[in-house]
Amino acid sequence: MADNVDDDSLYTIKEGDYVVLKRGDVFKAVQIQTKKKVIFEKQWFFLDNAVGQLYSTTFELAPGGILQPRKPKDPESSTDTKGAGTDNRNIQDDGKSQKLTRDDIETLKEQGLKGQEIIQQLIDNSSTFKDKTEYAQDKYIKKKKKKYENIVTILKPSCRILAMMYHGREPGKICHLRYDTLAQMLTLANIHANSKVLVFETCAGLVLGSVMERMGGFGSVIQMYPGGGPVRAGVESFGFPAHFHDTLHEFPICHLNALIAGTLDTTAKDPSADLKESDMAAEVKTEAEVKTEAEVKTEAEQKGSPEEQSMETNSVADGSLVPKKEEEEEKRREAKAQEKKVKQEEKRKKLAAAASLLEGRNADGLVIASRFNPCPVLMALLKFLSPSRPFVVYSQYKECLIECYTKLKEQGGTVNLKLTDYWLRHYQVLPNRTHPVLLMSGGGGYLLSGTTVAAERSKPAASRRDEEPAPKRQKVTEG
Amino acid sequence: MSFVEYSDCIQDGDVAIVYLGHESMTPVKVKRGSQTQTRYGVIRHSTDLIGQRYGSKVTCSKGGWVYVLHPTPELWTVNLPHRTQILYTTDIATITMMLELKPGSVVCESGTGSGSLSHAILRTIAPTGHLHTVEFHQQRSEKVLEEFKEHRVDHLVTVRNQDACKDGFGVTGVADAVFLDIPSPWEAVRHAKTAMKKHGGRVCSFSPCIEQVQKTCEAFSDQGFEDISSIEVLLRVHDVRTVYLPLPDFGPDPSAQIQPDSTITPPQNHASIAIKTTIPPRDVQGHTGYLTFATKPRT
Repeated sequence: MADNVDDDSLYTIKEGDYVVLKRGDVFKAVQIQTKKKVIFEKQWFFLDNAVGQLYSTTFELAPGGILQPRKPKDPESSTDTKGAGTDNRNIQDDGKSQKLTRDDIETLKEQGLKGQEIIQQLIDNSSTFKDKTEYAQDKYIKKKKKKYENIVTILKPSCRILAMMYHGREPGKICHLRYDTLAQMLTLANIHANSKVLVFETCAGLVLGSVMERMGGFGSVIQMYPGGGPVRAGVESFGFPAHFHDTLHEFPICHLNALIAGTLDTTAKDPSADLKESDMAAEVKTEAEVKTEAEVKTEAEQKGSPEEQSMETNSVADGSLVPKKEEEEEKRREAKAQEKKVKQEEKRKKLAAAASLLEGRNADGLVIASRFNPCPVLMALLKFLSPSRPFVVYSQYKECLIECYTKLKEQGGTVNLKLTDYWLRHYQVLPNRTHPVLLMSGGGGYLLSGTTVAAERSKPAASRRDEEPAPKRQKVTEG
Repeated sequence: MSFVEYSDCIQDGDVAIVYLGHESMTPVKVKRGSQTQTRYGVIRHSTDLIGQRYGSKVTCSKGGWVYVLHPTPELWTVNLPHRTQILYTTDIATITMMLELKPGSVVCESGTGSGSLSHAILRTIAPTGHLHTVEFHQQRSEKVLEEFKEHRVDHLVTVRNQDACKDGFGVTGVADAVFLDIPSPWEAVRHAKTAMKKHGGRVCSFSPCIEQVQKTCEAFSDQGFEDISSIEVLLRVHDVRTVYLPLPDFGPDPSAQIQPDSTITPPQNHASIAIKTTIPPRDVQGHTGYLTFATKPRT
């Protein structure tokens, strides 16, 4: 990115962009699609008018779900407050202070009155408003604004915004990982450009996306995924440029044992096929070496050809008897099979690429945040890190990180182990009304972080190594 | 070695972190022919360090051993020579995310102080970003520039020896983010605005006292900043321990009908159970500073 570019095009909302809608403290990630209805905060609208506007523009909702860029803020005098009381000794809560009824307000809304105007009506018809203290009036207006002002701001997505959005909307999907804890993870793992980072997460892709943002498209990220495929909904929301995705690799965690044992056959077509072939693979190649692309291709062709042949013979045999329609069907099926094969080939290539990246066992960082028990994941994945590299494990629960800690201390190979959590407090800062915000988040999860060091060689199985070097007790002669 | 790129082996001129055990570390400038004394004996740079892999175990003259670690901004933060109060990793991590820093970001900072945050910023914005840092104390600004050179990040940073409150940051319309850690940040808010891109960006101010926060928020608001929000983040470290809880002796239990000479022995006097748990450290840092963030809108 050039430093001094003042080019608006970089900041303009385009069709197809992934954006974040904001109203108050509520966020929602959407993609800009014309003529598509979006529901946000009990309002529906179309994003068509956002196209061509600049990011961070605030829009007003006009009838019919049309967005209109809001004019520069009206001077505050519009909700003019004439006089204020000093205390509430004469304010009675009789439920009659507001002269407008619910129906009146509905009518005002139907007339298409703007939020600002409705609020003014409410103030004018409140018998107690002028007796309220200045602060209470301010609070009243703010509350009404929240309810009646139909505005929405369109933001460019970022790790900050998406992490806050997920934590606010769907904490269950991200294992209750609070945004400040995610911030700590990225820093403790020293995530930066031009490194090779392993990520294992079940946080909808939020953690992966955050790591990718910090790497800026330089270096490589290997996502270790459980189940049938990597979850990346959260990554999409970041709206990364295409070249970021070239740095992203994926590796199914179900192949990890095979990779560690050196029996992984990257020519396998899919996990199930791989299982069938695993015996054979173990025989043929005791060490799983990634085949060169040429080898992979020729093998694929050899494997592919018998199938094709049999298909051809079938169609010829049938073709002589059955009508044309079925022939076409056959052709379509064949095309589908071909397509599937191409996809499998692609998948295999990806697997081979990820495997070769892992096999160097020289990754620069490891980030784990999942709903799985972290201990076995950590123990398995640490093997792929270079010495003197940071790792960080997130868990919603402390107990499983205690287990990780104990295991690492027993096993050695790490230093600087720290089990931590974080406390986040928001403040309301207003003249004469500054105090901590009433509600705070109860728990943001726990982190275990540390640094890898060279593993001990030929260590007696029972010996427990203290983290503290003991000068006289043992004399180590490293070979 | 560089603070923005890993390398595998230790080379002459590197800065390495020697890990002596349990939160005890010391930074070492690696120099051929040089020696470093530790409580486990001497480390001879030419033989013990140069050419070794980062993360390897080095045996010292008295037979004890240490690990040599690759420097990172986080390790530097706990090892750097203090010339001022510094920001620690917990606040740094929050600042980095909330300022939306990433490779390519252009950042302004004042004051530079001991460079704890500066190193973390440089790590995050490399290889295409730039840091403009302002320090009004001449000796500190010279010292920190020297460190940036030693750490091979000086191509990513410009250090200016001036007063941010009076003279601003020395740049106009280039910054994506501004960070203020000075006694009177409200006096620098308008300079922060000037330094920032026309399209806007993020700003953060760190202050220990709430009165400072109050004034700064007013200044942000007066200068048209939006989304002003003040937070505090605190670190809690958990010490992992096995604790033993003794079981009380309730005396013989008549209701438990056991045959007179059964093999089951009655509970012993000193029976206890072991629990793996964590305890908080005796003293914890209860306050570092308030972090106030705001967004500069397009102007």
